[in-house]
Amino acid sequence: MTDSTQMPAGFAAEPDPTALPARPWSRRRALLRALRHRSLSLGLVICTVLALLAFVLPLLITIDPVAQDPMTTFSPPTATHIMGTDAFGRDLLARVLIGARTTILASLSVVLLGAFVGTAIGLVAGYSGGALGFGIMRLIDLLLAFPGILLALTVTAILGPGLVNGVFAIAAILVPVFARLVEGATVEVRNLPYVEAARCAGASQLRIILRYILPNVMSGIIVLTTTWLGIAALWITAIGFIGLGVQPPTPELGAILNDGQNYIMLAWWITVFPGLFLSLFVVSVNLIGDGLRDELDPTLNRG
Amino acid sequence: MAGYVLKRLVAIIALTFGITVVAFLIIRLIPGDPVIAMLGTGAGDKEMIARLREQLGLTRPLHEQYFVWIGQVLRGDFGYSYANQQTVSSLIASSFPATAQLTLAALTISLIFGSAIGIIAAVRRNRAADTAGMGLALICMSIPSFWLGLLLILMFAVTWPIFDVVGGTGLKGLVLPAVTLALGTMGFNARFIRSSVIAALSQQHVVTARAKGVPEMRLFTWHVMRNALLPILTIVGLQIGQLLSGSVIVETVFSRPGIGRLLIQAILAKDYMTVQALIMMIALIYALSNFIVDILYPVLDPRIAR
Repeated sequence: MTDSTQMPAGFAAEPDPTALPARPWSRRRALLRALRHRSLSLGLVICTVLALLAFVLPLLITIDPVAQDPMTTFSPPTATHIMGTDAFGRDLLARVLIGARTTILASLSVVLLGAFVGTAIGLVAGYSGGALGFGIMRLIDLLLAFPGILLALTVTAILGPGLVNGVFAIAAILVPVFARLVEGATVEVRNLPYVEAARCAGASQLRIILRYILPNVMSGIIVLTTTWLGIAALWITAIGFIGLGVQPPTPELGAILNDGQNYIMLAWWITVFPGLFLSLFVVSVNLIGDGLRDELDPTLNRG
Repeated sequence: MAGYVLKRLVAIIALTFGITVVAFLIIRLIPGDPVIAMLGTGAGDKEMIARLREQLGLTRPLHEQYFVWIGQVLRGDFGYSYANQQTVSSLIASSFPATAQLTLAALTISLIFGSAIGIIAAVRRNRAADTAGMGLALICMSIPSFWLGLLLILMFAVTWPIFDVVGGTGLKGLVLPAVTLALGTMGFNARFIRSSVIAALSQQHVVTARAKGVPEMRLFTWHVMRNALLPILTIVGLQIGQLLSGSVIVETVFSRPGIGRLLIQAILAKDYMTVQALIMMIALIYALSNFIVDILYPVLDPRIAR
């Protein structure tokens, strides 16, 4: 073989979309390729900026979301109050930033809780199969037959208004969604030769599930978690907007928007700014979700 | 075919039974005494408490309560709404038409505009129109409907008053709520139809037709769209349920007298008889529309029945 037929050293850097990660360093290359993904990087940039605004900025400047000032009620956006003030003269910027923190943390709790419990149920149902798996999955199908947001609203109302109850109610809606995905994926890999090999080698059932099955269903879980993070943010604010979420004076984006509706003819800024922040957050999460789906789940249509 | 229909039929009967059980349990899961919770702690009317307790049959074992309740439901008796001082069935009958109108209008808007955007994006794949269309679809899916509703109210009540903003029931009052409700579903449909058309475009028979010189227009309407639009039918069933539950928020924002607003009012007023009936009704409509789609699909696409 002559030198001319060998690939030049620089050629290896050319990304090949069909190549499987074969060597340790190609994992880093996969990360670099993922970052070149347009929607993924755009989503990450927007999401980082919003997270800095909600989590870091309040540490650097002193803002008080509940301090009332009767002298400046319903002030439109000015230099001192960039987003204006509400009916109690509270600074809307402070309320939006602190409220966004509550909304984001609540949405994260929802998806993490729902994904964790749903994955556990899905793994058990899929791995055990038989009557137990069948019974669990029929129950899951039944729960999926109810439109989610309705059940979440009703469960929150029954548990009593409050953010924590809202989080639990929406997480409960997510459990069957994750269980269905994980169960399907588990059934697919359950009897593959490498799992069989682990079983023959004497690995315990728990070890087989966690060490050999879970990593294979993980990419689907990550994509679903991102997709549902956006929906969870919309639902948690919807619950706040209806008045079943956090109770005043604690700020939360949905609760602020409820306030905005009451004064909509008087003060447009109370409606516009919190909604803008929320929409940007959901857009960024959905962009990340789309990018992750393209990168992690080649079985889904790439379009 | 007969076996397929039978299987779907058994599934929907089991599902209907399950839905009634869940709806039944909703009231029984209320912590504490549901009768006190429903009437409020201030309600000292002994006679009313006793009447409600008997109506709910709370003194009997749970399975007996279920059969008593389901017997009432089958006779069209969903109980009495103390918050509204009328029977739940008459409440539903008076508010259902507004919601049906809203849901159908939103479904139509989301299918027409979603198809348009999706088809254009698929045909102009990876070009500016595709990026713009898919960006728009993503934004539509991300905007909370209640915020969009408020923005539209802000826009059309203050600056450009051509539509009835709140409480309208005619066509002028339908436009803004229907657009608000449709937007998220429209974004989803645009993305779905785009990938469906792209999949159809790459099929062998389309490639063959193009190779033998079928005109592009005829190729598109005859060979591509027939295959691409069929999968949409499967999601329409799901979307009726989603739009029905979305109407809960939209009707509240626009003060439209439908079952969505009725449900929120019932939830806030702890009027659990109404909540129970509405949850059950919406879930049944959802299940039924999926069933109809399941039955219709093999008629339109004979490959499924096998």
